[in-house]
Amino acid sequence: MSESLENRGFVARSMTWINERFPWTPTMEKHASKYYAPKNFNVWYVFGVLAFVVLIIQLVTGLFLTMNYVPTAEGAFGSIEYAMHEVDLGWLIRYAHSTGASAFFVVIYLHMFRGFAYGSYRKPRELIWLIGMGIYLVLMAEGFFGYLLPWGNMSYWGAQVIVSLVGAVPIVGANLAEWVRGDFVLSGITLNRFFALHVFALPGVLVVLVFVHMVALHHVGSNNPDGIEIKDKKDEKGVPLDGIPFHPYYTVHDFFAVMVFLILFCAVMFFAPEMFGYFIEKPNFEIANPIATPDHIAPVWYYTPFYAMLRAVTFPLFGLDAKFWGLVVMAGAILIPVALPWLDKSPVKSIRYKGRISKFMLGMLVVSFIVLGYLGTIPPSGFGTATAQIATLVYFSYFLLMPWYTQREKTKPVPERVTGGH
Amino acid sequence: MDDTNPSSVTRRYLLIATSAVTTVGAAGAAIPFARSWTPSEKAKALGAPIEVDITKLQPGEILKPAPEWRGRGIIVVYRTPEAIKRLEEENRKLADPMSKRSEQPTYAKNPTRSIRPEIGVYLSQCTHLGCVPKYYGEAKPEQFDARWKGGFFCPCHGSKFDLAGRVEKNLPAPLNLEVPVHQFENEAILHVGIDTGEFDE
Repeated sequence: MSESLENRGFVARSMTWINERFPWTPTMEKHASKYYAPKNFNVWYVFGVLAFVVLIIQLVTGLFLTMNYVPTAEGAFGSIEYAMHEVDLGWLIRYAHSTGASAFFVVIYLHMFRGFAYGSYRKPRELIWLIGMGIYLVLMAEGFFGYLLPWGNMSYWGAQVIVSLVGAVPIVGANLAEWVRGDFVLSGITLNRFFALHVFALPGVLVVLVFVHMVALHHVGSNNPDGIEIKDKKDEKGVPLDGIPFHPYYTVHDFFAVMVFLILFCAVMFFAPEMFGYFIEKPNFEIANPIATPDHIAPVWYYTPFYAMLRAVTFPLFGLDAKFWGLVVMAGAILIPVALPWLDKSPVKSIRYKGRISKFMLGMLVVSFIVLGYLGTIPPSGFGTATAQIATLVYFSYFLLMPWYTQREKTKPVPERVTGGH
Repeated sequence: MDDTNPSSVTRRYLLIATSAVTTVGAAGAAIPFARSWTPSEKAKALGAPIEVDITKLQPGEILKPAPEWRGRGIIVVYRTPEAIKRLEEENRKLADPMSKRSEQPTYAKNPTRSIRPEIGVYLSQCTHLGCVPKYYGEAKPEQFDARWKGGFFCPCHGSKFDLAGRVEKNLPAPLNLEVPVHQFENEAILHVGIDTGEFDE
């Protein structure tokens, strides 16, 4: 008994020593035990934490992959095979990284959908949203650069197609594409610089942006499924009436979600790491061949909705060719969510209290995104192109018509306090 | 800052001056990094002209394996007299039949887009996004076109080119296949990447 008391005394003394030199306890209180999150979070609120878990998985597995990887046109493909077959458990590290790439986009798309549905981008969270969009863009670039590194034939041609897109920029396009490649054609020179960007530059930017994203979140506090500001109603101590401390309530909640997620993650990693050609495509088991395009080029699934939109533009406009407009449509589709905080004019935040048109449009957005995602994986056809054109219009109308339909529709009354929760 | 205090005025001028110098310095410092991304001497050397032996090329066929120049495949196609006749007829399906917008040396700006009507030389790179178009030389119904007249089909996004590399309308590729600079030394030898009329021994 006396021994444990003495121990506690030692711990307490140590904490005092640390806190005099570093704000450990105040930081923990500010961001965990006295950080009040709305009590009515539902399952949609776990994906931010899951994205963070995947980021850690990617950083660690990526670090160990670089220890066997050779970033040259001659060595890259062989070094991956070497890591897969000859390095002890190298296959596991590689599959964890490739599964992690897809898992990253699964959780990020769900995380973004949560924002769409509950109006998490609305005032005062515009900056959280913009930083989040920055993270999303960096993530897309990160995935793109990383996909070239195995130097398989799909790696090569996928990168070839996307770098050529730069060439669609009027006037400077061709020189710009050459500058990005560092060669007249995609080559080992390109591979080498993509490697540097993938393992050094972009992860750094990503980590900084994630940190800033969380700083902004903790400054304004989380939104919730009712879209009500819990800070508007506080008790005499200044604690939000509908808030509960992040620790221990949501730490336990999130740990449970992480465990479920990791079980699913491992199931994919062990039993279907290629996901039937959706996570790792068949032609990528052959080495890059600059003079033979695979019969059918499709990007990895997380880019296919935007790729389908690129392909859907088959006509010139205003004297500029279809290729340029394809680039504009694709870039526009990726970037347009940036404008959401200013497009949404609804008096309410959450889809729960928005009108029928908003609900319908959000549903159509999801449908169009999935349809486009599917069309992007299959070879081009007349019917497919027409469908993609319609789906592209639907996708854009969710955003561009938003100022109109969010003002016009009748919304439901928002309750004073959050509903649900314990 | 307090403008009446002389030292704060000095401080402001110093701040402006140092900011300006820093901006110029940062822009200057970015130049070496940007320049390091341009094609290196080695990359440029690999872009030297090539010599191609075309004696084995038969009518109706393309040269296999495709010669490479600057890392890109070169299509060398031997067209039959019927095919040449078809190319010279007016074709409403083409996006740029007279090659007004497309890239080719002036000596290839004609209906067959070639120096010799029977031999066509094109970059094997779709003008949409750089995939390699496949050769379907015969005029017969194909899966992608029931009234196919022979030419090249891009498997990536479905662009169709005729035997002179001219693209069909309303397809993703905006322009005809590029014609690289080239010249014939004699009946048997083709040079790609040079058209000065000089021949090295």
